[in-house]
Amino acid sequence: MDAPLVEMKDMCISFGGVQAVDHVTVDLYPGEVVGLLGHNGAGKSTLIKILSGAYKADSGEIRINGKEVHIHSPRDARAQNIETIYQTLALADNLDAASNLFLGRELTSPLGFVDDDAMEAETRKIMGRLNPNFKKFHAPVKALSGGQRQSVAIARAVYFNAKILIMDEPTAALGVHETQMVAELIQELKKQGLGIFLISHDIHDVFQLCDRIAVMKNGQLVGTARTTDVTDDDVLGMIILGKCPEGATPGPGALVDDTVVG
Amino acid sequence: MSDTALSGQKSPTARNLFAALQLDTRLLGMIGAFIVLCLVFNVITDGRFLTPRNIFNLTIQTVSVAIMATGMVFVIVTRHIDLSVGSVLATVAAVMAVVQTDVLPPLLGLGNPTIWILAILAGVVVGVLIGAFQGWMIGYLGIPAFIVTLGGLLVWRNVAWFITSGQTIGPLDETFTKIGGIGGTMGETGSWIFGILAVAAALWMQVSSRRRKAAHGFPVKPGWAEITMGVITTAAILGFVWVLNSYDIPTARLKRIFQANGETMPEGLVMGYGIPYSVLLLIVVTVIMTIVARRTRLGRYIFATGGNPDAAELSGINTRFLTVKVFAIMGGLSALAAAVAAARLGFSTNDIGTLDELRVIAAAVIGGTALAGGVGTIYGAILGALIMQSLQSGMAMVGVDAPLQNIVVGTVLVIAVLVDIIYRKRTGD
Repeated sequence: MDAPLVEMKDMCISFGGVQAVDHVTVDLYPGEVVGLLGHNGAGKSTLIKILSGAYKADSGEIRINGKEVHIHSPRDARAQNIETIYQTLALADNLDAASNLFLGRELTSPLGFVDDDAMEAETRKIMGRLNPNFKKFHAPVKALSGGQRQSVAIARAVYFNAKILIMDEPTAALGVHETQMVAELIQELKKQGLGIFLISHDIHDVFQLCDRIAVMKNGQLVGTARTTDVTDDDVLGMIILGKCPEGATPGPGALVDDTVVG
Repeated sequence: MSDTALSGQKSPTARNLFAALQLDTRLLGMIGAFIVLCLVFNVITDGRFLTPRNIFNLTIQTVSVAIMATGMVFVIVTRHIDLSVGSVLATVAAVMAVVQTDVLPPLLGLGNPTIWILAILAGVVVGVLIGAFQGWMIGYLGIPAFIVTLGGLLVWRNVAWFITSGQTIGPLDETFTKIGGIGGTMGETGSWIFGILAVAAALWMQVSSRRRKAAHGFPVKPGWAEITMGVITTAAILGFVWVLNSYDIPTARLKRIFQANGETMPEGLVMGYGIPYSVLLLIVVTVIMTIVARRTRLGRYIFATGGNPDAAELSGINTRFLTVKVFAIMGGLSALAAAVAAARLGFSTNDIGTLDELRVIAAAVIGGTALAGGVGTIYGAILGALIMQSLQSGMAMVGVDAPLQNIVVGTVLVIAVLVDIIYRKRTGD
């Protein structure tokens, strides 16, 4: 296989003495969805925020297409075509869909002024593709439903030609129909060769959408596995007990004979 | 209303016609409240409130606070507050006064025509630096804006005292005092030219916006609505110029002006004041601040940060530096306000701008700026400042006691915010 799209090696970060991410190594290939699982506070979101530039790692190495990169800010991450859809959606509630979609990357007129009409036109185009029912282009996003808001967040990632997409619980606030919409979109993006990190608590979602899973516990990696090689119960065992089943590759956080390796 | 809805009648209701104009209903409400206020005072004062003379005075009294209120909108939108503007105004006024009376005259000669602008430039630099410094403490050191500017309130008031050794500095440069108000106006012809240019600019913007929208295939307002808007805008601008032109310069004063130029005044000559330079400055500030708010990245980031600071940061916006910029703008505007305030008095005093911070915050809040952040408009803040000033001067004309005046202003502030909260709940935005 080619070099992985993303390699995060030996990532560490601590906050005030708490080791939130402890020597975690994960990778991601083009056209692949890797699910990140674990309890609340296991360190999944923190790990992913290192990749998206929200946090700076204490140590570790990030390689994109085999080349080492340094990500110090969300801007650096965007320059590497990494887009993130956050759990909290990271939308400015008081602005409309177009302003949010282009936030930080506004289209400007030749004189350097923000070109709202051009941004609205682009937003109408991409929303026509992602969510044809979307009509509220002039309302602030706080007036939108959960699914509409989510489609704005996803449109942002898609519009800027992400190569690597990070989705932090993309379906948590959504209804059945909207969840299905997100699932279809993920399949579509996979086909286009994007690599997707998916954080989720929903085991059903994970088995439906992911090719591989990586489970974290207490900041450490319990193990990684192909979703075809393990069962629901195996994965639950990994999340809850930190027990690495057969068919999975154990990490430093895996429980072996009741003692933690590493 | 419900009957027509049931029968599915398509005849345009008043509401539909109104919606077609796409007006900001909040703005309309404020303008309505302002007009009612003016009319009530006009009735109580037997028609003295809405005279060209009083309207002229109202505008020049509002300028200083209104200039600062436009900056306060940005500060409050980013979820901060600035309690130091009145004191910064005092420090800057002291700097400008000292520069034009002590520093520059020995270098350039008394009455040098560049003194006024150099003094203002010096003041603006000082104002921007003070603002940026406070913004740096807020953004980079993480001290709450309330504390930094509460400290600033005490510090800068007394820095002003040290700059002037507690003395009143004056008289100020003659050209400088022209931006104070009645001493410097554009005259009738100048005001008409300005009014016509303003109308041309407003109509051109309306047309080009419609063209842009049509080019992208967006729905546009019906033609009659555009024409109605154009007529309203034109009437408002020209009406404003007409009122200010109608305030005639008193004959005695006119005589003195002619005497100063070594001419004799023709008998029976009548000249209006026209637009004061201070009001012109406020208009320029308003236009620039509105463009910044609506059409620049800086403005977009200010509103995004106010709406959701985390989202702004994750979108790659440097929110710390943004805080510095916002407070630097506030400082610069305080400096302009200081120039107007000092020029209006003709000298710089120790108590100049006292309590202005509260008037400025009240103006911004009455104008619809939400302390929770993310919401506010420049024109709203100016209307807010106008409403406050009208209340105050109207009550003074009626002869309301000073303590009662303050009680009324305070009550109006609270009620205005309450009405705004109810309005937002009803409309859901």
